[in-house]
Amino acid sequence: MSMLEVKNLTVRYGPLTLVDNVSFTVEEGERLMIVGPNGAGKSTLVNAITQSIPYTGEVLFEGRNVRSLKPRELACRMGMLMQNHFVSYAFTVQEVVSSGRYAYSRGLFTTPSDEDEQLIAEAINNCGLEPMVNQSVLTLSGGELQRTFLAQVLAQDPRLLVLDEPTNHLDLAYQKHTLELLDGWLNTRQRAVLAVVHDLSLARAFSTRVLLMDKARIVALGTPEETLSPANLKAVYQMDVQEWLKGLLEQWK
Amino acid sequence: MKLRSYSTLTYILFAAATLVTIFVCTAIGSVPIPLPDTIQALINAVTAAPQSPESTANIIPEIRLPRVLAAGLVGAALSLAGCALQGLLKNPLADGSTLGVSAGASLGAVIAITFGLTFTMLPVAGTTIMASLFAFLSLVAILGLAYKLDHSLSTNTIILIGIIFGMLISAVISIFIVFATDQLRQIVYWTMGSFANSGYQDVLLLSVVLLVFGGLLLSLHRELNAFAIGEDNAQHIGVNVKRVKLLILVCTAALVGTSVSVSGTIAFVGLVTPHMVRLITGPNHARLMPACFFGGAIFMMLCDLLARSVFSPRELPIGVVTSLIGAALFIYIFASARKVKQ
Repeated sequence: MSMLEVKNLTVRYGPLTLVDNVSFTVEEGERLMIVGPNGAGKSTLVNAITQSIPYTGEVLFEGRNVRSLKPRELACRMGMLMQNHFVSYAFTVQEVVSSGRYAYSRGLFTTPSDEDEQLIAEAINNCGLEPMVNQSVLTLSGGELQRTFLAQVLAQDPRLLVLDEPTNHLDLAYQKHTLELLDGWLNTRQRAVLAVVHDLSLARAFSTRVLLMDKARIVALGTPEETLSPANLKAVYQMDVQEWLKGLLEQWK
Repeated sequence: MKLRSYSTLTYILFAAATLVTIFVCTAIGSVPIPLPDTIQALINAVTAAPQSPESTANIIPEIRLPRVLAAGLVGAALSLAGCALQGLLKNPLADGSTLGVSAGASLGAVIAITFGLTFTMLPVAGTTIMASLFAFLSLVAILGLAYKLDHSLSTNTIILIGIIFGMLISAVISIFIVFATDQLRQIVYWTMGSFANSGYQDVLLLSVVLLVFGGLLLSLHRELNAFAIGEDNAQHIGVNVKRVKLLILVCTAALVGTSVSVSGTIAFVGLVTPHMVRLITGPNHARLMPACFFGGAIFMMLCDLLARSVFSPRELPIGVVTSLIGAALFIYIFASARKVKQ
């Protein structure tokens, strides 16, 4: 059984169809990356999968319709990192990361369990947040804020990580670090990553499969080599992507 | 992480500060009463011993104490409600008055006064019932309209509709005022706010409402933190967003509605107390809400003391005092918090 099965998923907003009858699966241990031009429906698709917006069709987690899951049950299975974060109150990094354990909290004023403490500490450590753990999130840079919310979703310890532009706002060192971190995270059994990315080189290097979207539909789904073929990319981006990327690399020689 | 909530010692300090304020506020008033008599009268009131007849100290248990207690409970209720709304809507401008809930409650009270509505089968006054009912109906109307316009129930829509709704209700109240003759004084009383007529019945009602709905809000501190970080984020970490949102809104409507039914509309407390407290405690609701509870109570009792004693025997409307003191205090705390950060 697939870990995640998306069946005929459609999202409409007024007269617009943002995601049109999309079906695919995510298998255990997989890194499935969704690519495509602006407005293709990538973020809308992952928002529907994480139940943030209304949709028609079905999303099954290990065969079970996620609509029938309670919010906490869903959060233990799927964690979502959004593209942008807007914070208005001076919570500390520690408080935001700790809130990732909400789904496991029981009782009114219980203190965090040893497992909570351990996962929170690990997440803070893995995202390089120790120096700013007691700092207000209002004082963080875009990249530090992104890492704080990445740590939150890692502390949440879901089986499937859904990431919308996880390397957004991150400098090159942290982009590399984050992708390696996700690789390490996948070493534990029964986990998978579904990520929307813009950088085709990253998708090619770090994914097991790539889903290419354009105009609300799936254009291609397969191994990075199959999906990111010159013909597919030309059809979607209306330019010779490979020549462009190779040209950029030439500059470094 | 270890600093999530307060220690027992902090709570004892909060309670002690509140008791001292209650004592100071009952001891001072327009009729001077010697301190030993005040203490004796309070001891008699607490132990239910008979008060000495014909003594001016009778003012203490009969008038001052219920008034001070009502002021404290209304202050606690309003600041707790404001705190919860600011967290829920992730907007520091939210409170019972910006959301139109307290205006709605006033309208309920005004209707009850104008038509002399009483509910004989219930032990509370008609104004109380109507104020609470209208507070809740206002909330339903505001949220219903917001949902109709914008299915995601976004914060900005709720606040905008709340403000417009509040203005509409104020206009309706003005119409009642224009046509009211006999009840004019009573209606104006509701719109200005006062504790002059508060009795033990009000204290009992407020205590019960605070215990139930305030307690519920306090138990939702994790959810409120999640909303204050961001509603989408709250949904992703497993909060039952719609249910919790509704629960919080019902609790705040009950707190604001009951407060308005006892004292009329009092500006500023619900909006500013949570701000002032947040600058000191930080935004974590496990710490913020208890501090708002005690802070709001102390603030309101002191404001009421000033309202009735500065120009005694003439009384100032309580809303005037809360706004004057609150604004000054807010600027001071805001400025000193800024200084620390720089």
